[in-house]
Amino acid sequence: MSIFDIIGPIMIGPSSSHTAGAVRLGLAARAIIGGQVSRADITLHGSFAETYRGHGTDIALVAGLLGMSPDDERIPNAMEIAREQGLRIAFHTGDLGDVHPNTAQIELVSPKGTKRTVRGASVGGGSILVTKIDQFTVDFTGENHALVVSYKDQPGIIAKITSLLAAENVNIAAMRVSREAKHSKALAIIELDQPAPQKSIAKISQVPSVDTVIVLPPHIHGRGGMIHDNNIHCRTR
Amino acid sequence: MTITSIAELVETASSHDLTIGALVRKLEAEETGLSISQLDEKMKKRLEVMRDSVARGLQGMHSKSGLTGGDALRMAEALSRGTLINAESLNSAMAYALAVAEVNAAMGRIVAAPTAGSCGILPGVLLSVGEILDASDASLIEALFTAGAVGAVVARSSTLAGAAAGCQAECGTAAAMAAAAVAQLAEGSPHQCANAVAFAFKGLLGLVCDPVAGLVEVPCIKRNAICVAVALAAANMALAGIESVIPADEVIETMGLVGRELPASLRETALGGLAATPTGKKLATELLSHE
Repeated sequence: MSIFDIIGPIMIGPSSSHTAGAVRLGLAARAIIGGQVSRADITLHGSFAETYRGHGTDIALVAGLLGMSPDDERIPNAMEIAREQGLRIAFHTGDLGDVHPNTAQIELVSPKGTKRTVRGASVGGGSILVTKIDQFTVDFTGENHALVVSYKDQPGIIAKITSLLAAENVNIAAMRVSREAKHSKALAIIELDQPAPQKSIAKISQVPSVDTVIVLPPHIHGRGGMIHDNNIHCRTR
Repeated sequence: MTITSIAELVETASSHDLTIGALVRKLEAEETGLSISQLDEKMKKRLEVMRDSVARGLQGMHSKSGLTGGDALRMAEALSRGTLINAESLNSAMAYALAVAEVNAAMGRIVAAPTAGSCGILPGVLLSVGEILDASDASLIEALFTAGAVGAVVARSSTLAGAAAGCQAECGTAAAMAAAAVAQLAEGSPHQCANAVAFAFKGLLGLVCDPVAGLVEVPCIKRNAICVAVALAAANMALAGIESVIPADEVIETMGLVGRELPASLRETALGGLAATPTGKKLATELLSHE
């Protein structure tokens, strides 16, 4: 544990779980759709649903969707900034089932019309866990470099992707693969020790039956440091 | 930080003739590969945010819920009018702690130390004592490393979460961190810093987490100011050479054990304590009906 985890993070109050963690969930959702967001439907569950107004959880989620970091002093004005930028947002409270009490589900639409659903929980101290992308169950913290690869389930796809990474000496820290059904839509979350070079991303996007490759920067969970759009690459075949 | 106990901190620091702060900064440099000056720069940023949050809070900040705000200004005005009982650094430390806690409640920028709910205590104590001692930024930064080391040991051997062990884990730890930091700032030995940690926790063992309407406002903001007094008392007893009969590490462990024995209603669920008073419940209902 770093001393700076104790004296820190620098953040906008009032709550590390309900405010700083919520900003990070918004940032994670923004990264997963590949940057700009034009519409967001957000469902708040449990403690998030009960206390979101008092803790500014709603404002914090929107700030994250706009790309603000947890210490950005514009966070209290995130709703107005979203309106100015034409980001349309709706909030709902609801029961998402047997999930962490601080869970939010964010349905996003990008300016190009891409739709994605991201579900995540703020698990304490500002840390987050992304638990679902679209219909797929996932489990990652956003602390590492990661690739989110959508593809059609077939033998050998994962082997191709991992060998393309290995060829560039990129080490895989963790990986989770899920699919709708055999030979149907699938999603791989590949957490990496090093950033994947542009070259390997391009090659992975060209693997037959790979639909999209999204590159997530590390430290979505991170301390400070705005995630810039140029750190997020989205490639569609 | 690889050190797991206060005893180890004291022993290692003393044997190398370092302050606890200088020792953990050296260890952090070895672990991260960052230089001492890079680490100092990083901590200085935090010191600056702490100062800014004090200054902002003293102007008078109010939370969105309307439950709290303006008390830091009230305290500072009374202090400058001379209507308070003279308690030297305590009064300004309380005003500063209120200021930072009010900035936090009003969605301003703060440094979690160790949590957002307890963010007023360390800057309150450190900055006011720093002014009285005319301390340099370098010594304040070193004291912040000491505070961080204490918090890191508590996180390892106990917990920092109010939901796990009540407010003693948040404001209690913050008070212990602040006590050790100012004991060092006043040139106390590492051993005296450890005693300051023990005293602060002893004064706050069993402190419950009972936020009205679940918000980080009532009683959190005032508890930050009260814990400042505990931290200063703990530091001064340690500097006087008073020994803790129970060693700091055992006190810290006890905090965690006591926390586990607290009923869930008193661990950040807003179901017990002040949250369950007639006024607390009424305020919660009013706030919810606004939504």
